[in-house]
Amino acid sequence: MSLLSVENLHVTFSTPRGPVHAVDGVSFGVGAGEVLGIVGESGSGKSVTLRAIPKLLHANATVSGTVRWRGEDLHAMDDARLRAVRGGQVAVVFQEPMSALNPVLPIGVQIDEVLTAHTQFDAAARRKRGIELLGLVGIASAATRLGQFPHEFSGGMRQRAMIAIALAAAPALLLADEPTTALDVTIQDQILKLLLRLVGELGMALVLVTHDLGVVAETCDRVAVMYAGRLCETGTVHDVFLRPHHAYTHALLRSMPGEGAARSMLVPIPGQPPRIDAPVPGCAFAPRCTFTEARCATTRPALVAMADGHESACYAAARLGSEIAA
Amino acid sequence: MRLFKRLPAPLLLGLAILALMAAFAIAPGAFTPYDPLGFDFSALLAAPSLAHPFGTDQFGRDLLARSISATAIDLQIALFATIFPGLLGTLIGLLVGWYGGVVDALFGRLVDLVVTFPFLVLVIAIVAVLGPGLVNMYIAVTIVGWVFYARLMRSEVMVQKNGEYIAACKVLGYSTPRILFRHILPNAIRPVLVYAVTDMALAILLGSSLGYLGLGAQPPEAEWGVLIADGKNFFTTAPWIALFPGTVIVIAGLGFSLTGDGLADLLEVKR
Amino acid sequence: MSLLSVRGISKRFPARRGMVDMLRGRPKLAVHAVEQVSLEVFRGETLGIVGESGCGKSTLARCLVRLHEPDAGAIDFDGADVLGLAGPERRAFNRRVQMVFQDPYSSLNPRMTVGATLGEALMVHNVVPKAEIPRRVRELLDLVHLMENAAERYPHEFSGGQRQRIGIARALAVEPSLIIADEPVSALDVSVQAAIVNLFMELQDRLGLTLVFITHDLRLVKHMTHRVAVMYLGRIVEVGPTAEIFAAPRHPYTQALIRAVPQVKPGRRSGEAAVMGELPSPLNPPPGCAFHPRCPVATAACRETVPGLEARGGAWDVACLLAG
Repeated sequence: MSLLSVENLHVTFSTPRGPVHAVDGVSFGVGAGEVLGIVGESGSGKSVTLRAIPKLLHANATVSGTVRWRGEDLHAMDDARLRAVRGGQVAVVFQEPMSALNPVLPIGVQIDEVLTAHTQFDAAARRKRGIELLGLVGIASAATRLGQFPHEFSGGMRQRAMIAIALAAAPALLLADEPTTALDVTIQDQILKLLLRLVGELGMALVLVTHDLGVVAETCDRVAVMYAGRLCETGTVHDVFLRPHHAYTHALLRSMPGEGAARSMLVPIPGQPPRIDAPVPGCAFAPRCTFTEARCATTRPALVAMADGHESACYAAARLGSEIAA
Repeated sequence: MRLFKRLPAPLLLGLAILALMAAFAIAPGAFTPYDPLGFDFSALLAAPSLAHPFGTDQFGRDLLARSISATAIDLQIALFATIFPGLLGTLIGLLVGWYGGVVDALFGRLVDLVVTFPFLVLVIAIVAVLGPGLVNMYIAVTIVGWVFYARLMRSEVMVQKNGEYIAACKVLGYSTPRILFRHILPNAIRPVLVYAVTDMALAILLGSSLGYLGLGAQPPEAEWGVLIADGKNFFTTAPWIALFPGTVIVIAGLGFSLTGDGLADLLEVKR
Repeated sequence: MSLLSVRGISKRFPARRGMVDMLRGRPKLAVHAVEQVSLEVFRGETLGIVGESGCGKSTLARCLVRLHEPDAGAIDFDGADVLGLAGPERRAFNRRVQMVFQDPYSSLNPRMTVGATLGEALMVHNVVPKAEIPRRVRELLDLVHLMENAAERYPHEFSGGQRQRIGIARALAVEPSLIIADEPVSALDVSVQAAIVNLFMELQDRLGLTLVFITHDLRLVKHMTHRVAVMYLGRIVEVGPTAEIFAAPRHPYTQALIRAVPQVKPGRRSGEAAVMGELPSPLNPPPGCAFHPRCPVATAACRETVPGLEARGGAWDVACLLAG
């Protein structure tokens, strides 16, 4: 059974310029010990989806659909129960550790707060656990570090501290929103390896939101590709990257510099990323797609199972499959 | 027509008040049958009525006519008492913000010096030295008021000069005057313009205050502050003499404030 | 023959000191942004400059176009000294070396139409007679694949990718022979990046441009550059032909950097991080080789001697005592 299951999630923001449909009917599940990547470009709704799960969106967001945590409806929980789950069993790591950490409290105090809220430890046990947690995320001389403020940490160290705080209550699911986007590539590499190690050691599930296909390829078991608030394709990373069944995934993978000869022309996706203020009747990718049929512009393709948990919402799925094979 | 529909209501109200004031200033005679300076000994200190909506003063002069005829001078004060310090301050702020360093440090001390004194006290002191009258009032306001514009402009220039479009200008080999006046100035002027419009409301109050104290516009020139000063001796018996010009000042100030706030939103640069 | 030759330039920025630091008599600190960098850019090539944040690649780029004045060293362009130029000669240099900026949003004047922005560059440098400016603006827009009617519009009416095209058109307006592009695609979405990269390659072939491409994206460097210079903490640690360096990097940092980039190929999941440790502070760089605290093979000598950028028995230059 899935640890977390999201069914038909919709998020609409009311803005002065009218409603914006940021997430439009997204469904997926995550099992224990699994790493799911949610990948998409800016405006794809990937971060909103992640933040909607633990009800972290602002008041101008209207959320509908079901989010089940171990079978229990997360969005129907009362506040006390929700607080116990959020931060306890489900923890979140954000892109900007500097704004997610409280700048006027030492790191140790911030870890202590989580432990006080979610465990029965006494002060001495909490301090011991704090040192343990910093060690776990690879921060040396943890006892001294506990007394330091976020501004005394480097960018990579802050992200490690964020992760330590998230892990404080031994969560079963970690939601990570672009956790390495603000970091340098060698530091990103360290943080991703750290997350993978923690998933392995603690048996945690991880949902990783990113725009970087490379991060997904090297880190995730399964991937959900989003475009304009909709789910295009889900499946194992292996299936989706090697046999994409959605024209958008196909085009995105082809646009990356990689296998082609040096200085050969890349294959860009024509047009601009969509604006999500107006709902599209057909497939949102149709205006930029090279595989369009007449129905793409008028009828929205449903997410259809292909094989072995590989699902795609694309009328050209079969044609894409044969093109890759050829 | 479509432009009007898109403007917010407060800005429209502000602009309407200013338009009415402009009309009063251009053609005061079109709005009242009375001569603002004409004595009428049959209606001394007459209370507000249909014939004299604002009442009359101790010489029987119609206060509505006097308030309307005063608009020209008060509007002139509003403009001149902001344009001169505004231009001077903008120029100084532009240069100080651009060059920074020692220039900026000196500027900072100068600003400290000027803002130590309350604005009105300093202006009054300078007018007292130069002698009463509108021209001297403009000189005094310019000497003191440029500081506020320069400060605003300086901080905005500091932000703009680090924009990459300015780096692009430098790489393209553009001259410093071109970068300052064609690129930085149009992008940095917005807060100054907004402040200037709001400042016009304060300028009217200042002009009226100085007029009241006898340092600004001189009688028999009708100026709102002078009108209030005229009425102060009759405040218990004929309160309308001071009350109505006072109300006019409040409405005029409101007009400038609403316009200023509206402009602030309107001039917001689209990114 | 090299078009641009950089010899030993350094640039330091004094760090802001707080009142407390001054009272305690702490020494004045400076960020060592660029230290003793020497570099050749050859006519018609694309040179990549890569490195992580704080490595000095952007400062180096800004020194090349004289947005920053280096504290030491010399820059020659086409055989003539650049740093001494002033007045009309400097303007002539500006015509030949242009820059494309990272942020497509702040690099265009928001209050000028695209036509005015391009026209101004043409006018200031008398590129074409005044009457021909509108025609030339249309040609420039066409060159970067924008619609003709873009000239009357303002920057905010364009998407990020389109704005970057406008920035490229502005640089091309003065008909330069060298373009320094500072992270020109890193602010763009993946699906838009490819089109801008293609545009650079296309323009280079069509106009015979020389390109210095500064980026942190190793995949792009590998794809589009002829040669690459790898920077770490203000210094170049390795410079040479791109294909060869990616196939067999000689400097331990280059090796780590290449290994750290996630590949868009599923299944390569090693548990080991490519390199341990944090980037040191450029305020207080480690003595000797700046990479030694993170280097898996560092020796005692690495802690003391700053390695020079030399061939060291190989086909290209590397700044590592252990290379060879």
